[in-house]
Amino acid sequence: MYSVSERLRAAVAVLAIGLAAGAPAAVVDRPAASPAPLRVCADPNNMPFSNDAGQGFENAIARLLADDLQRPLAYAWWPQRRGFIRQTLKAHRCDVVIGVPDHYGLVRTTRPYYRSSYVFITRRADHLDIDDIADPRLRTLRIGVHAIGDDYANVPPAIALARRGVIDNIRGYSIYGDYSKPEPTRSLIDAVDDGQIDVAIAWGPLAGYFVQHEPRPLAMQPVQGENDPALAMSYAIAMGVRKDDAAMQRTLDGFIARRHADIDRVLDRFGVPRLPVQSNDGGP
Amino acid sequence: MSPVRDMALAAGLLALLAGVPVHAAQQDKQPDRQHTSRHPERSKTAAEKDKELPMEWHTGGTVTSPPPKIRTISPLPDGEWKLPAGDLANTRYSPLDQINTANVSKLVVKSTLATGIPHGHEGQPLVVGHVMYIVTPFPNNLIAVDLTKPGGALLWIYQPHPNPKSVGIACCDVVNRGASYADGKIIYNTLDGQTVAVDAISGHEVWRAKLGDINVGETITMAPLVVKDKVIVGNSGGELGVRGWIQALDVKTGKPVWKAYNSGPDKDVLIGPDFHPYYKKDQGKDLGKTTWPPNQWKLGGGTVWGWVSYDPESNLIYYGTGNPGVWNPDVRPGDNKWSSSIIARDADTGQAKWAWQISEHDAWDYDEIMENVLVDMEWGGRMRKLLIHPGRTGFVFVLDRITGELLSAQKFEPTNWADGYDLKTGKAKENPEKRTHYGTNTRFICPSSTGAKDFIPSAFSPRTGLLYIPAHNTCMDYAGIEANYIAGTPYLGADVHMYPGPGGYQGELVAWDVAHAKPVWSIRERDLPIYSGVLATGGDLVFFGTMDGWFKAVDARSGAELWKSKVASGIVGDPITFLGPDHHQYVVVYAGVGGWMGAVAFPSVSADDPTAGLGVVGAMKKIKQYTGPGDVVYVFGF
Repeated sequence: MYSVSERLRAAVAVLAIGLAAGAPAAVVDRPAASPAPLRVCADPNNMPFSNDAGQGFENAIARLLADDLQRPLAYAWWPQRRGFIRQTLKAHRCDVVIGVPDHYGLVRTTRPYYRSSYVFITRRADHLDIDDIADPRLRTLRIGVHAIGDDYANVPPAIALARRGVIDNIRGYSIYGDYSKPEPTRSLIDAVDDGQIDVAIAWGPLAGYFVQHEPRPLAMQPVQGENDPALAMSYAIAMGVRKDDAAMQRTLDGFIARRHADIDRVLDRFGVPRLPVQSNDGGP
Repeated sequence: MSPVRDMALAAGLLALLAGVPVHAAQQDKQPDRQHTSRHPERSKTAAEKDKELPMEWHTGGTVTSPPPKIRTISPLPDGEWKLPAGDLANTRYSPLDQINTANVSKLVVKSTLATGIPHGHEGQPLVVGHVMYIVTPFPNNLIAVDLTKPGGALLWIYQPHPNPKSVGIACCDVVNRGASYADGKIIYNTLDGQTVAVDAISGHEVWRAKLGDINVGETITMAPLVVKDKVIVGNSGGELGVRGWIQALDVKTGKPVWKAYNSGPDKDVLIGPDFHPYYKKDQGKDLGKTTWPPNQWKLGGGTVWGWVSYDPESNLIYYGTGNPGVWNPDVRPGDNKWSSSIIARDADTGQAKWAWQISEHDAWDYDEIMENVLVDMEWGGRMRKLLIHPGRTGFVFVLDRITGELLSAQKFEPTNWADGYDLKTGKAKENPEKRTHYGTNTRFICPSSTGAKDFIPSAFSPRTGLLYIPAHNTCMDYAGIEANYIAGTPYLGADVHMYPGPGGYQGELVAWDVAHAKPVWSIRERDLPIYSGVLATGGDLVFFGTMDGWFKAVDARSGAELWKSKVASGIVGDPITFLGPDHHQYVVVYAGVGGWMGAVAFPSVSADDPTAGLGVVGAMKKIKQYTGPGDVVYVFGF
């Protein structure tokens, strides 16, 4: 499954040793016919999206894409934090970021290939059945959300709750988690499972994946009931390329149209909860 | 871990060009700039002079009244430069006067050295004995230069090899703000959260202490201050939701002696029976916990990434804390103590003596980690022990450093989030319509989140009684909500646009008369902030640099420009001065633009997105016309 990338990694290692020894680049042979690698930027430790063992759903989509384009797959790894796009795509370390919000301002986006939403996660045994941000029980239940930390920033459900005066019973779990461990964002979902909190509100793709892997059965429902359009709870996700790279955008749009069913199968396999991609998603 | 002694490798890093007048050759290449004079009544000669120096003009007068009685409280850097600010009191004043107003025009480049790392060169080198020590940006190498050799010669390079992961975690370039010397060791911090002590002679590591965890977002960029037998260090990473702390290490071993958090219950903050804040608003039990919604203090910010001062007579250290984390203000109601505060602690035990919160419940990202300048001065007819804090909030605060009483708060740049301070209550007279809220567009907030001044340190001359403040004049619009994406998760941030403030200038060196709480003169830069530290000397000179790469000396009393030299890149470091082995005075400065505002000069940072870098790109659009990255240390002398 990972043979292409492993071969490539070995080649890169050889290249690095060659350079360290001061060998001229020309010594490294590449058959003239072999296509240039598809260079993807990804976080090396951000399951279920990606990791450097290739286990995330964005890794799987990247493989699908590389196979479709018949190009070897190469990764540039970088933590997906402030400066990620600047340090990766804009620095030409790579040409594609597999997942960004539709119309994300820092990049040129492809047509979106899925839409997900923030979800409530509760213990099934509690039968809370919460799906509305205005549910009065949210005033007293212990609620966990991811804390972003970038100045002025918050996840939309945290803002929606704060506006309703729901503040004191909210607990923040750093979105960055402990980066020395696998699955840094998971602690929020673990907190529902082990009873630290009653309700977690998390972004669908990561919630859907971790819920499957918790010991206790957990329930998951999309967040509804927020009428302020500025506080969107659902987002369409597209691929991102450099703003001047129209050619790559067309290539990726073609791939998304051609292989949509295959992409959906990957998302299903990872338990990504999805809403229909709306007709006004995408476009220039 | 071991010093690099291979001179062949070092040769690539070291370019010593004794006496080559690089600046003369580069002067002609300056882009032709437009300029606007604020003084239409000025004579033609002045206008012609403006053409020659299109970026700046100075306003105001000269010092007329004799300075008040002033007493410095720390040994001054008389020949060497062994602490980040030269002294313990953060004056950045050197009594050296060989270079003075009469002869500074003859100053030339004596040597240059490339560190090989073209990132923001903040901070300053040290000079101990006949050796100069330079800490580079990440990977935080320590370069030792033998000043007895012609033009200087590389002695060794110590490489701490910090974890490369920290590069992706640091918010704002990969900067370091310098080292302290004590006990035969050069002591500094690495981006990945370690403090290292290196033998000043051999370049061998003596100890290293892992204090911060990059895996939870902690980095360290500040320069430690050595106080007697303790190394004082604080953390960075407020924007990642870390909990701010300051701690003391044993200078011999690096073992922790005490650690105080800036949020949480009193026992964590090291608040005990000795704690006597001057103002009622800062008094009470467990305020670091009770002024937050439950548990939120655990991600409370209030980091310590600026400068630490020490008063040897009272044995107190002073520092300022960063803005509160991790939520936007609507989600963290309460004062959010002890963010954006000045705190005094016993140096031996870390126990808090007093604290004063500058702005309760910050809504603008006004970190208050600026330097606290300690000096005794005549005030209201008697000598008082003062703490002077030129703040990010746009005010120069003067406090009684023993009691924490606010004696004066006056604006030094256009500031509208508050009209002033009530000295009776210690509270800002806030302008409620300038407070940011989600879903609300707030236009024209001054200063912007970058503050009227950032961490870049001022200098105080006891000869003039003036504080020389490197300032910027930037305002912002806080425009509701912008979708962003981090760690695979969409979130809402603020759409912040920064732009030059009123008055037609963006940078200003303000000569501030502390006793009279007013500016005496200033030098303005039209297009760029002043983002270099300042040095004041016994030769009545003030040295500072501009972001377009001019290093300047001006008359400390009048602000008249007496000398300038073009360097390779914009200046965001702090000049120092020392006596060489030949007993001649030299001045050193880094030329390597970078940092939060300066990184907009990097080719990888696009100037076409005005909201990038939390909106700072909008204020820095022109920087690419003037400078690019650099990595050069300049030594000037006769």
